[in-house]
Amino acid sequence: MTALPGAPDSPHAPLGALTDPLSEAQATPPACRVGVDLAALSDVQAGLDAHGERYLQRVFTPHELDCCRTPSGWSLQSLAARYAAKEATIKVLQPSGYQPDWNSMEVRRQPDGSCALVLSGTAAAMAEEAGITSLSLSMTHEGAYAAAVVFALCGSPPDAALSLPGGLTPGLLEFAALNERKKADA
Amino acid sequence: MPEPAHPFEARVRSTLAEHARLPVDVETLQVYDDLFQAGMTSHASVNVMLALEEEFDIEFPEEMLQKSTFESIEAICTSIASLSAIGDPV
Repeated sequence: MTALPGAPDSPHAPLGALTDPLSEAQATPPACRVGVDLAALSDVQAGLDAHGERYLQRVFTPHELDCCRTPSGWSLQSLAARYAAKEATIKVLQPSGYQPDWNSMEVRRQPDGSCALVLSGTAAAMAEEAGITSLSLSMTHEGAYAAAVVFALCGSPPDAALSLPGGLTPGLLEFAALNERKKADA
Repeated sequence: MPEPAHPFEARVRSTLAEHARLPVDVETLQVYDDLFQAGMTSHASVNVMLALEEEFDIEFPEEMLQKSTFESIEAICTSIASLSAIGDPV
């Protein structure tokens, strides 16, 4: 029988050494946080009806508005899902005082159509303070409601997080890229 | 009907009646009653905030974006008073 390179009884791997980053991550799993939120489409409609452009500018980024604009008007489902994503993010950040401005939490559409979270300003500072190194987002809508779940990993460097099963998500990549840009700017 | 304890109370109640989408009559709420417990959603509180800004010609800064700012009629009145005081000429 031929031992596979890297297998425990392989001559290529020292006995008992776990050099695979996946195994290391499993041995000491990072702390995680999860946030969820449900948003009613009727609340979004009420905001549009009462405050129009001021509501849109205050709550959503220009990129988000581009994604939610349709030939026949605003997609309430898309706006509500993004609002839910922001509220779920706030729950993940667990601010002890005030919450970050809604515009500092952006739902960024990826080229493949999936969505990721990009934090800036106060939200990014809160994430850094909490030791959050990666974020993943899922949104949905059905009938009169939209919902979002945000999952965060804390305390591991982005590279380690990226090696976790299922960790290679747009959200992680965006956040890791943001961290890299911040390091480069520092 | 007794006089409002706070000079802004009547206008705040009127704003809540129009924008908070509460399942109860605002006039039945006491000034310290929790508006979120009474049924105001977080999104409705955003609409309330925008309406208050328009009604009182103020802007809530990021530092005041927290549930406690909008959790009761009293809390809202106090917040408006603090923002209005900032805007007063000295």
